[in-house]
Amino acid sequence: MPYTAEQPKRRESNDDLRARIPGWGADLDPKNRPAVPRERFDPAATGAHWDFPDRQPEKWPRERSVEHKMLTPVFGTTVPPRGVSGVLRKYAYREYSEGQAAHWLILLAADRVDAVESHLLSFASLRPDNPITETGVLSELTRHGYSSRVGRNRADVKHQWMDPILVAGPWVLAAGLLYTTVRALARRR
Amino acid sequence: MRAMVYRGPYKVRVDEKDIPPIEHPNDAIIRVTLAAICGSDLHLYHGMMPDTRVGMTFGHEFIGVVEEVGSSVQNLKRGDRVMVPFNIYCGSCYFCARGLYSNCHNVNPNATAVGGIYGYSHTCGGYDGGQSEYVRVPFADVGPALIPEWMDDEDALLCTDALATGYFGAQLGDIHEGDTVAVFGAGPVGLFAAKSAWLMGAGRVLVIDHLDYRLEKARTFAHAETFNFAEYDDIVREMKKTTDYLGADAVIDAVGAEADGNLTQHLTSAKFKLQGGSPVALNWAIDSVRKGGTVSVMGAYGPLFSAVKFGDAMNKGLTLHMNQCPVKRQWPRLFEHIQNGYLKPSDIVTHRIPLEHIAEGYHIFSAKLDNCIKPVIVPSQSA
Ligand SMILES: NC(=O)c1ccc[n+]([C@@H]2O[C@H](COP(=O)([O-])OP(=O)(O)OC[C@H]3O[C@@H](n4cnc5c(N)ncnc54)[C@H](O)[C@@H]3O)[C@@H](O)[C@H]2O)c1
Ligand SMILES: [Zn+2]
Ligand SMILES: [Zn+2]
Repeated sequence: MPYTAEQPKRRESNDDLRARIPGWGADLDPKNRPAVPRERFDPAATGAHWDFPDRQPEKWPRERSVEHKMLTPVFGTTVPPRGVSGVLRKYAYREYSEGQAAHWLILLAADRVDAVESHLLSFASLRPDNPITETGVLSELTRHGYSSRVGRNRADVKHQWMDPILVAGPWVLAAGLLYTTVRALARRR
Repeated sequence: MRAMVYRGPYKVRVDEKDIPPIEHPNDAIIRVTLAAICGSDLHLYHGMMPDTRVGMTFGHEFIGVVEEVGSSVQNLKRGDRVMVPFNIYCGSCYFCARGLYSNCHNVNPNATAVGGIYGYSHTCGGYDGGQSEYVRVPFADVGPALIPEWMDDEDALLCTDALATGYFGAQLGDIHEGDTVAVFGAGPVGLFAAKSAWLMGAGRVLVIDHLDYRLEKARTFAHAETFNFAEYDDIVREMKKTTDYLGADAVIDAVGAEADGNLTQHLTSAKFKLQGGSPVALNWAIDSVRKGGTVSVMGAYGPLFSAVKFGDAMNKGLTLHMNQCPVKRQWPRLFEHIQNGYLKPSDIVTHRIPLEHIAEGYHIFSAKLDNCIKPVIVPSQSA
């Protein structure tokens, strides 16, 4: 009880715990804990055999945080910026530091634009996006979608119903729009 | 090669991609033999992490065989079986020199606040990940390690993130002999954190989640007392009750940005992206810990702000510890624990899914179907 000074009574003694739980107390001494202390100066421990790494060639102007003094010697090269989303991304990196909300909000907006651009592009390719296979939603049938949720007292069921609407909604809307446009055009002929 | 590819929120598929080339003298190319999907991947999958580009390959938990090495690589050669920590790090910058491997300054041009992580958006450096047949591994002399002869592949796989992170999370809880430790979240990270809390000498371990099948695992695998928060009006009050109104000595947040239990928080973060993450579990942790206690945050949050109850943390005089796990620092001691039989990481693997079916793997893990705890991905050539 916190209203008096003594430690609360232990439910189980160390011996009981040791008997019940393999390895109980093996790392009781902080000396055995590899993350303690947090900082330990030991550059020789990492395997690096350089003071500063060789620089990876920069094959296109790599976007980078304005909080960096220079391009880091090593970086990822997947999916360079492209299209409207690429313009937005480069703008967010160029104009705003990580400290500004605008930096992240523009990057998030660019992600939504990227998804739309990529879906549209895919329809002009040999591999159009397929929302059924790409969402893996058929596993609802083979992996107990119903019984995994119903009668289980899960908190996330309260909002999971929104996900299909959010994911499928834009596709349904786009299909509807396409249908009405095509029909209107056909009528005009 | 075949590789998982992100196609927009809730959509992934397997595409043909070029085998990645060596781009730096200390690179290695690894042929992936096993990969996994992590709770962190769900934040990408749900479109919550800024600068997640369509076309990226996810996956930061993987093991494999060295296929090719760059000209300056000394410690690895073709054919070596290796496990690769989820952190990409140089080993020589200010932070690496001090053991902060997850906070390396030389690998992520996109952000100074975050280190490098395989397959984890451009905010974490723009590297393709290991849910694929091949992957580029930078700083091959620093990150990867040979898989010990005696170690099972799935155990090695889980050492690359989930196990190391849970073990790290328990250490950041600053646990003393006999302490009461509460762990929010019974996913892979929470289960391993609960199990590790005993190694640090905890006297009681409480695990909180809303998925009964995971709480069952917390009882059997992690010997914990469990609480389903959906069964209580107010889980914080229950935490106070069970600790005789003192509060837990240490609390670990193993939930992160997509915490359930508060619809407003869910809507403003997961749906409308106005927050870097829903801090429901973090707030519960802050309110459940005793005054002067420690909160260890393993759950990941996005770079945008979150509505955290900072006043309570301040008034209670809490210590908050947190970081992405510096994985390789945990390995030598973890290997001893595995060899001694104290930890059996692969006990939590529930699904083994061929790479070609990864879209279903993501859906099952994200929607928590089929009692899924940890899905492992098997590239076709290793099946
Ligand atoms: N710090 C690191 O280095 C690091 C490494 C790996 C993962 N992570 C993060 O750790 C978190 C957990 O990862 P995981 O793989 O175990 O994911 P997971 O999604 O499998 O587990 C999360 C669990 O939390 C439960 N949960 C949801 N809301 C809750 C609440 N309010 N209270 C209690 N439990 C709640 C869920 O039901 C689920 O079981 C993620 O945020 C992930 O990004 C961090
Ligand atoms: Zn992870
Ligand atoms: Zn570094």
